[in-house]
Amino acid sequence: MRVNFTVNGRPQEADDVWEGESLLYVLRERMGLPGSKNACEQGECGSCTVRLDGVPVCSCLVAAGQVEGREVVTVEGLADYSQHREDAHPGGACGTGGCGTSLDSAKKWQAKPADSQTGEAGSDPLALSPIQQAFIDAGAVQCGFCTPGLLIAADELLERQSDPSDQDIREALSGNLCRCTGYEKILDAVRLAAARQGEAV
Amino acid sequence: MAQNTRTVPAGTPTNVTQKHNKGGIGESTLRPDGTLKVTGEFAYSSDMWHEDMLWGQTLRSTVAHAEIVSIDISEALALPGVYSVLTYDDLPAEMKNYGLEIQDTPVLAHGRVRHHGEPVALVAADHPETARRAAAKIKIDYRELPLVTDEASALAPDAPLIHEGRDDHHIGHVPHPNIVHRQPIIRGNVEEARKRADVIVEGEYTFGMQDQAFLGPESGLAVPAEDGGVDLYVATQWLHSDLDQIAPVLGLPKEKVRMTLSGVGGAFGGREDISMQIHACLLALATNKPVKIVYNRFESFFGHVHRHPAKLYYEHGATKDGKITHMKCKIVLDGGAYASASPAVVGNASSLSVGPYVIDDVDIEAIALYSNNPPCGAMRGFGAVQACFAYEAQMDKLAAKLGMDPVEFRQLNAMEQGTIMPTGQVVDSPAPVAELLRRVKARPMPPEQQWVTAGEQADVRALPGGLSNTTHGEGVVRGVGYAVGIKNVGFSEGFDDYSTARVRLEVINGEPVAMVHTAMAEVGQGGVTVHAQIARTELGVTQVTIHPADTQVGSAGSTSASRQTYMTGGAVKNTCEKVREAVLEIGRRKFGSYHPAWATAELLLENGKVVTDGGEVLADLADVLEGEAVDQEHEFRHRPTVAFDLVTGQGDGHVQYTFAAHRAVVEVDTELGLVKVIELATAQDVGKALNMLSVVGQIQGGTTQGLGVAVMEEIIVDPKTAKVRNPSFTDYLIPTILDTPTIPVDVLELADPNAPYGLRGLGEAPTLSSTPAVLAAIRNATGLELNKTPVRPEALTGTL
Ligand code: FES
Ligand code: FES
Repeated sequence: MRVNFTVNGRPQEADDVWEGESLLYVLRERMGLPGSKNACEQGECGSCTVRLDGVPVCSCLVAAGQVEGREVVTVEGLADYSQHREDAHPGGACGTGGCGTSLDSAKKWQAKPADSQTGEAGSDPLALSPIQQAFIDAGAVQCGFCTPGLLIAADELLERQSDPSDQDIREALSGNLCRCTGYEKILDAVRLAAARQGEAV
Repeated sequence: MAQNTRTVPAGTPTNVTQKHNKGGIGESTLRPDGTLKVTGEFAYSSDMWHEDMLWGQTLRSTVAHAEIVSIDISEALALPGVYSVLTYDDLPAEMKNYGLEIQDTPVLAHGRVRHHGEPVALVAADHPETARRAAAKIKIDYRELPLVTDEASALAPDAPLIHEGRDDHHIGHVPHPNIVHRQPIIRGNVEEARKRADVIVEGEYTFGMQDQAFLGPESGLAVPAEDGGVDLYVATQWLHSDLDQIAPVLGLPKEKVRMTLSGVGGAFGGREDISMQIHACLLALATNKPVKIVYNRFESFFGHVHRHPAKLYYEHGATKDGKITHMKCKIVLDGGAYASASPAVVGNASSLSVGPYVIDDVDIEAIALYSNNPPCGAMRGFGAVQACFAYEAQMDKLAAKLGMDPVEFRQLNAMEQGTIMPTGQVVDSPAPVAELLRRVKARPMPPEQQWVTAGEQADVRALPGGLSNTTHGEGVVRGVGYAVGIKNVGFSEGFDDYSTARVRLEVINGEPVAMVHTAMAEVGQGGVTVHAQIARTELGVTQVTIHPADTQVGSAGSTSASRQTYMTGGAVKNTCEKVREAVLEIGRRKFGSYHPAWATAELLLENGKVVTDGGEVLADLADVLEGEAVDQEHEFRHRPTVAFDLVTGQGDGHVQYTFAAHRAVVEVDTELGLVKVIELATAQDVGKALNMLSVVGQIQGGTTQGLGVAVMEEIIVDPKTAKVRNPSFTDYLIPTILDTPTIPVDVLELADPNAPYGLRGLGEAPTLSSTPAVLAAIRNATGLELNKTPVRPEALTGTL
């Protein structure tokens, strides 16, 4: 079957989709957007979390056919999405979406020096959403496999609630497993992003 | 926020050779792969993609122990979209097994399966679902065999042998062929010492089978190469160890198997063994097409070894004034169907079975069994975890019997620098056991009844059971528990443990840039961050690039045993020193005649310049190097160790010890048996924190894994069928953010004079003591004995 939907503001069309394919599979294997992670494909870990018409969902539990005509935001489009939050329909250019990871680019990965400087972290701070930057700064990323899903969930929390309590953060992120960090630094990151947003207002 | 204190006692050497540069060691620099990881661009092994690639699928046994009567692949092969189906008969080389130490694990089962989920056949197809369906069409006729599931059935006189005709080097000294390895340790005279004891306590403890449950599933991509070899992109903990096991079964020389590390989504020991590596290569070579294999979570539970479940039998004695007289223990680890790392786990469990205490008279025995249970091997804490669970429970029992405070009792018996281990090894660097306990005890307690908010209204989210609103605090009681543990760092018992680093220094666009190339597996621990920090510190540059890890450079050893910062960090440090020497040599040659300091002063590299130790600038690196690049590759070894004597267990077997302590505060709903851990305060000596942000992250992560095993994590193997009952994240529970309390961390830095920068490996120690601390707190809250992990509600409500 054919599925038409919008991903990170860009209309997409997937052909020859088998009925049993999940949204996660279509994003990762057909759209070249592997940012949403496949940690359990059972709806238990939250690594595959994307926003479907604004609502965070486990994309592994969504059948591809269900997204016909709808809007999906993945971690690849999060920075752009957060910059266009006020628009009901974030459109236009997709910052980093649609690029995927070809073997060639994966092979060439190198840790770049620019990212690791204290303080002015990241290459171009404008390119990241506040929650992405906060995850880096707070040390909330270790292996990073849980990170995309957590970012989507945390970003949605901060959209709803600009100054969440610790209990609120825990509740909002309780569907996302992380095996590396012990969560403390994830809490730190969400608090940090909330505080920075507060300052910016 | 976690509170981090940092203590460096005056006069402690940290043997730092250079002043810090921006982003040098000791600074909390950020991960160089952080941006890629938060934007979704970081390529994990399951993200690999190649034009024209196929999907591989493994067919695994549905029974635990059986003879394979026949395999029929015809229907699977006939399915459109299927390119290849492989069984044992298709293996290309004479070597058909692999293994970390003992090559007893078949690439595909031959004639017999020994555990539930053992790989039997492989399929490659053009869609993952096609591959799965094809695998389901393979018909296997099993004739089931009697099961070995525990110590009694393994060691019975007529027990079926899991491995007949064993010829490994342990068989000569094990009392039964279903024992992989046995390590006794005898020191002093327990019978005499027991006579001095005023109190004696005994205990029998059961440690459940824990899973690493890393989030990134086993996965990778094998690409056939024109030279008949294969390029493999895979998530692993040790590229070169994989290579050593892969090449022989493919029948290829090692040069024709080129491995590159792809993004690793956590490891914790679970990637030390081969999983899909060989299978993907076999399919790629058979189809001459790139083949990707990605396990789903169900298969992941069968695709890697687990933490050894254990039975531990302990006896301790103490005098009235609180001195431990003796210890006797027997530790029985279930290694499952294949050896994996079991022999080394036995060595650790036995040699660390006394814990961080001074006990002169001991009688210790540890064994690992072969059984039809799932294979067990490496997991964070490696044998020391199970022992710590038992000896810490014993410490509480002894203290209670003597009417002493459990922390004071531990402090009274705590080891320190100079203590002799039961193996006869002298602990020759700081061992601040009493101090770590003091620190977690001195920390202010979290407020009582946190669920009671300003009004009368209770915030149920703070209560055991949380949002399920099971209690408003009526039956909730609080408990506090303490524990401390000891872990070795690095590979022990005479293993030739080394790491290799290549460092290149050159001037690019007028700025000196260092390139660090190692085969170290970055599994999330932050090695890439620390390597850049070391290079900055040693070479006085700000720009450092970390080359992707691959087999084009010498082995870095495993990312396990808390060893990578010590070993590969040490290799980077030493190689940078060699680079520095070479740079200074060039400088002397070029500019030596201009300034006498080139010949006479101690020279350093700082801020891109050659300077004297007095701070005088002699030259710019750019002028020294010009177009030249300095390139060095060196190996680093820690001090040698020896194997433990097979009869007495004596020998300097370990490189370094590391220590952590925990205080757990729990609240238990005694009506429903629900536990909420309120706080898990941690104190750990890290020797020297190269990056405090990463250090604290490691300690909190390790602590949480220990918490998991205390209250929820266990792979349940049906004792009647030896089948795994809960291979999913629905049924195998790992802590969520709601289950995990605040983890305040207190870091000590007492340098180890033998280690690079004085550092101590740190990744594992926090996993040890967190489990017994939580158990002690639950016992303290409920008054129950609780000798088994995990503590389930029925154990607390008496409804077992
Ligand atoms: S992969 Fe979708 S919830 Fe785990
Ligand atoms: S799972 Fe590795 S950082 Fe969360």
